[in-house]
Amino acid sequence: MSLALENKTSTSQNLISLLNSTAEKNTIIGFEQIGEALQYIEASGIPTAKNEEYKYCNTDAILRKEFKQIGNKFSTPATLPSFDAAINVYMINGRFHSVAGAEKGIVISSLEEAAGSSANGALVKEHLAVHALPSSDAFTAINTAYCQNGVFIRIERNTAIQLPVFIHHITQAVETAFINPRTLIVAESGSNCTVVDFYHAAEGANYFSTHTSEIVVKENAHLNHLRIQAEKENAFSVHTIEAVQSADSTYDASTFIFGGNLVRNNHLVRLLGKNIESHLNGLIIGTKNRLIDNHTYIDHAMPNCNSNELYKGVAYDKATIVFNGKIMVRRDAQKTNAYQSSKNILMSDDATVNTKPQLEIYADDVKCSHGTSTGKVDEEALFYLKARGIGDTSARKLLLQAFAQELIDKVEIPALQENILNLFEASLN
Amino acid sequence: MITIKNLHASVEGKEILKGINLEIKAGEVHAIMGPNGSGKSTLSSVIAGRSDYEVTEGEVLFNGKNLLELAPEDRAREGVFLAFQYPVEIPGVSNINFLKTAINEIREYKGMPNIEAKDFLALVKEKQKLVELDGKLANRSVNEGFSGGEKKRNEIFQMAMLNPVFSILDETDSGLDIDALRIVANGVNKLRSKENAFLVITHYQRLLEYIVPDFVHVLYNGKIVKSGTKELALELEEKGYDDIKKQFELA
Ligand SMILES: Nc1ncnc2c1ncn2[C@@H]1O[C@H](COP(=O)(O)OP(=O)(O)OP(=O)(O)O)[C@@H](O)[C@H]1O
Ligand SMILES: [Mg+2]
Repeated sequence: MSLALENKTSTSQNLISLLNSTAEKNTIIGFEQIGEALQYIEASGIPTAKNEEYKYCNTDAILRKEFKQIGNKFSTPATLPSFDAAINVYMINGRFHSVAGAEKGIVISSLEEAAGSSANGALVKEHLAVHALPSSDAFTAINTAYCQNGVFIRIERNTAIQLPVFIHHITQAVETAFINPRTLIVAESGSNCTVVDFYHAAEGANYFSTHTSEIVVKENAHLNHLRIQAEKENAFSVHTIEAVQSADSTYDASTFIFGGNLVRNNHLVRLLGKNIESHLNGLIIGTKNRLIDNHTYIDHAMPNCNSNELYKGVAYDKATIVFNGKIMVRRDAQKTNAYQSSKNILMSDDATVNTKPQLEIYADDVKCSHGTSTGKVDEEALFYLKARGIGDTSARKLLLQAFAQELIDKVEIPALQENILNLFEASLN
Repeated sequence: MITIKNLHASVEGKEILKGINLEIKAGEVHAIMGPNGSGKSTLSSVIAGRSDYEVTEGEVLFNGKNLLELAPEDRAREGVFLAFQYPVEIPGVSNINFLKTAINEIREYKGMPNIEAKDFLALVKEKQKLVELDGKLANRSVNEGFSGGEKKRNEIFQMAMLNPVFSILDETDSGLDIDALRIVANGVNKLRSKENAFLVITHYQRLLEYIVPDFVHVLYNGKIVKSGTKELALELEEKGYDDIKKQFELA
């Protein structure tokens, strides 16, 4: 047995024994799935750079360095942030905490409560840990085996929810923590809703999150999903978002990343019916030593669907930005339109951008394209601005804002758009 | 106002400006003509502070200050303005936001508070009228999708907004139709005063009928080889550069 393999095994074994001794009982996922998850972790270990999917994101090394010990002790925030004209949901220290606000046609509760209720129990059973398979990824497996009480959202048939749903994720670790939050969203047919996952910055010890979301978008439903990751240096995360769409539905997702130490997102969308629209967008500002790794996977299984991806990154200092975008077009997915674009700006010589588009096409009548570009700030434009009296810092800011604007414009909630703009400006050193 | 002494500049090791001497006083308009590639835009770029060019010898004094030591933004804040031969398109940055930022940074440099929103809007309106710039253009991204003539007019609009002390117009007339030429020239003439000065680079004597220069210089092969009054422009228009080329051709 090689030394590397020994280390690999010991990282996952160490993590499992730590989680076994600190985590509370998983009450929301069936024991069969938990068993499958544990088996997968044991067999696959924690991904190292040798794992193709984690080539630039050596989670094994990070866990060995920063999460050798786990105390899983937390403090509760004294005050909870809230957005006006919204339903505010709180996930505190990885667990469902509370909901403030309500609207007819939307059910929001803890997953535990939903699983035990006569109205929603069957839905939870039908979808939870069914779309995000434990065997797809080590962190999904860990989440499946050790997940804490998460949040359940059900948007009822043919209802358009007026208020956006803000899920506030706040983690205040007193001792090094490892949390496994879980989300299940079911947008029933003909429904329309906006859900915002807002990962807040918090003081405290290091924490690692494996937040796993399953999002079911039924026939003709429209789900707008915004994700704002604005955590601090103490935040490490591998998030998995699995969205499955039925015919004539729209899933419109935008991710904004302004902070966090390790930010890895596995964002997967499965287009399982005809006439589906899927949008995955991302704006990433990487500073300091941050590693921000977005893996997307768009799976076209049926004909006449459109998918569109636009990821833009700005890498400062010694930051690393990774974009890996896979598009699968299966044999039956004729008349698919799938577009992907990744544009990046390097702000320093020590920053790194790695992009990899992957197209796998088995249908013949499709339109697919991808483009990627990485460069510096346009020197001509910079000089033009300076020649009008605008200083270097402001000039770069103007150009970066111009670069980011089309993504920020996609946020249709004015107060949130302003909030994102402020986070964006603050993140440009 | 501005004194250029024995200015040498090169790009990528190749010398382009080979000893320029020029003095422009407040209230004056100087024109520079000269064949393609003679170094006219290089001279304006060096004055504006483009970093691609290395000044190897000489100096530029602007109201007593060593201009070459200043960052490009500080040159602009001191009152130097360059209307670009090829204005840059900046998608996503609105003309208005850009100008407001510029005005406020210039004001900050001078120790003045930010401009009031209503004063800014009034200024935009006034200067738009001066250069007859379509109001829609002011709200669009800087030069994005502007026609060649619109870009040039936008340069003059910016000049009018920033009210510089010394302005260089690098072939602002090329690409303009006859009406636009008149409008641009009118704009410049209205901005002319005893306190400011202009350096007008052009290939055509027509512009100089509208913006009447005090002096005309011929730049050839990195040097000013001939200077005169506005009659020199007429003479060049008639005879071309053949004589000058013959006289100053490299050995
Ligand atoms: N960045 C650069 N890199 C290489 N060569 C350059 C650069 N800038 C200018 N040159 C060269 O310097 C010379 C002078 O160019 P410049 O643009 O100053 O000419 P000009 O007099 O403005 O010409 P025109 O009338 O065509 O505008 C040309 O031979 C040009 O190719
Ligand atoms: Mg030129």
